[in-house]
This record gives sequence, structure tokens and C-alpha cells, in this order.
Amino acid sequence: MAEPENPMKKQDPLATAEAWMASGRDVAIATVIETWGSAPRPTGSHLVIDADGNFEGSVSGGCVEGAVIAEAAEVLETGEPRMLEFGVADETAWRVGLSCGGRIRVYVERLG
Amino acid sequence: MDPYSLKKLNALRMNRQAAVHVTDLGDGRDRVIEESDVVAGLLGKAVLRAFRQGKAFTAEVDGRTFFLNPHLPPPRLVVIGAVHISQALAPMARLSGFDLHIVDPRTAFSTPERFPDTRLSADWPETVLAQEPLDPYTAVAALTHDPKIDDHALIAALKADCFYVGALGSRKTHAARIERLKQAGLSDKQIARIHAPIGLDIGAANPPEIAVATLAQIIEALRKRGLQVAGARAA
Repeated sequence: MAEPENPMKKQDPLATAEAWMASGRDVAIATVIETWGSAPRPTGSHLVIDADGNFEGSVSGGCVEGAVIAEAAEVLETGEPRMLEFGVADETAWRVGLSCGGRIRVYVERLG
Repeated sequence: MDPYSLKKLNALRMNRQAAVHVTDLGDGRDRVIEESDVVAGLLGKAVLRAFRQGKAFTAEVDGRTFFLNPHLPPPRLVVIGAVHISQALAPMARLSGFDLHIVDPRTAFSTPERFPDTRLSADWPETVLAQEPLDPYTAVAALTHDPKIDDHALIAALKADCFYVGALGSRKTHAARIERLKQAGLSDKQIARIHAPIGLDIGAANPPEIAVATLAQIIEALRKRGLQVAGARAA
């Protein structure tokens, strides 16, 4: 028999972010703001990252997480939020891209 | 994101309460809006849309760009009665993304053999619903035909403002039910929310077809729920 549905018990980036914050870790939150074409994760999806590069959640099917985590380190340092864009039609395609051919915009901000 | 916003948002989600997290993408400032909060102007309209659709989007308001990220509780379906209709309803409801719970105190009906992979409580609705209260993101389908079992759940569902309340039974059965619910102190308006006979009128002729009609009606109530919310706001 399945247990009662409790959103906080499953893998939950926002619950993780709160727990990390409570333990004194610096946390960045990345959020999918917009998607075009076929995108693996819907708008509103979160990836949370701490200063050591630990992360939970996802903004894509694993295609661009590495780049977002690298940007998060700088966002944590400066405190300035950033808007990132990824996709095959994008100039960053040579670096990281979405194999599905879609395009996504990701907002990365510091918690606090 | 403001740490206070995150704590508030997580607390609401934990309690199965709907919230919209709004971020001004220009300056990064954010806030958490509850369903009972009143937000004025165009941003308010966008917030209503977010609650209704349950999908995140950006909105331009007064030259500023806001990101609205709704967090709606996962929909639950509580079925009263481990009957034949429920046996067909269970796998379909699960496929449709509902967190399903079947309640029937009759232990001969509530067996894991009849309901594999289904959350089942062989107990009275009074007992079960006291432990897990109903809420507006829960649907209740009363399928036993037995007032001793169905009535309490129906009353609880109407009082909790469940997004869907349905009851099996002919028009004659339902007329008797209406009398009992009035005796229990429910208003005509509350009682009118009960879908009875249950299910969309597709001419369903057997338990699996009634299950299809019922699930379709529940999905319709869930997806059109926002229209009621918007109406309540305007009132």
C-alpha cells in the first residue's frame, strides 16, 4: 500500500533549500522561467545548488545542469541574479545545448 | 528568493494549501500569495490565472516582468466504497495522477486482493477522515449506496469544500439523501454541489463505464475549478 502523498517527503528541491539554509549553507536557486519547443522540464522547475556544488532537482534532463551549477557559484559570490538561456539555436550551443532541440530560460538567484 | 518566502511557501505546501510564488525578474524581489489573499490590478488577474491553471508563466505588468509560479496541492480522490465501480476507478484514477484512497468499513469488500496497489482503509469514513481531513484539492465519490457509510463522508466533503462531491444512486435515492442532509443542517446550496446520479451522462451501463463517467466528471471539476474561484473573488 502506498503511503499518503506528502510533497515534502519526495525529492523536493525547495525543502532541500530550506534545510540547507537552516544548516548555514549558502544556497542558489535556479528556476525554469520559459521554455520553447520540446523542453524536458516544465516552467517553474527548480534546481538548488550550494556553495560546494551540491545540487538537487533539475532544470533540464541533465543537459545544462553543469553550466547552471557553474553560474550558481558566481551568483552566490556576487549576490546578483542572472538569466541564462540554453538551446540549439543559441550561441551557447557549442558549449551546452538541449539535444531535444528545445530552448529554455533559467533564472539563477541567491537565497537570502 | 527571500528566506521568509521560502519558509512560508514550504509551510503552505506541507499543509496542502495552494500558493503562488511571484518574483519580479527586474529586481529579484519576491512574495508568496495565498489563495485567500486579494491582489489588485493586472497582477491580481495574473495571480488568479496561475491558481486556475496551476502552470508557471511570466506576465508583464506596468513595464515590469513578473514570474508567477503556482504550487497547487496534488489532487486527491477519496472513494467511499470498495465496490465494483471502485475496482475499475482505482487504476484509471492512478493513471490520471490522483492520489487515491478507498474507504469501506466492510472487510469483505476492502481486501487487497480486490484492490491491488491501492491504498485501502477497512474502517468507517468517520474514523479515516478524522485522521486525514478533506480539503478543497480533494474529490469525494460516495459509491456504497448505504447511508450509514456514505452520508458522513458527503457531509464532511461539502463542509471541507472539496472540489468534487459525487454520490451514486437513483434520483429517488438521492431525494431521500437530500432530506437526510437537510436534517444534518446542510444548506440547499451546499447540497446542490453533489453530483447525483454520479458521473457524466454518457449512458454508462455497467460498473467500468460508470467509473469512466465518474472520473471524467472529477477531471472536469478539477480543471474548471478556477472558474468558481474567480467567481468567488469577484463576488
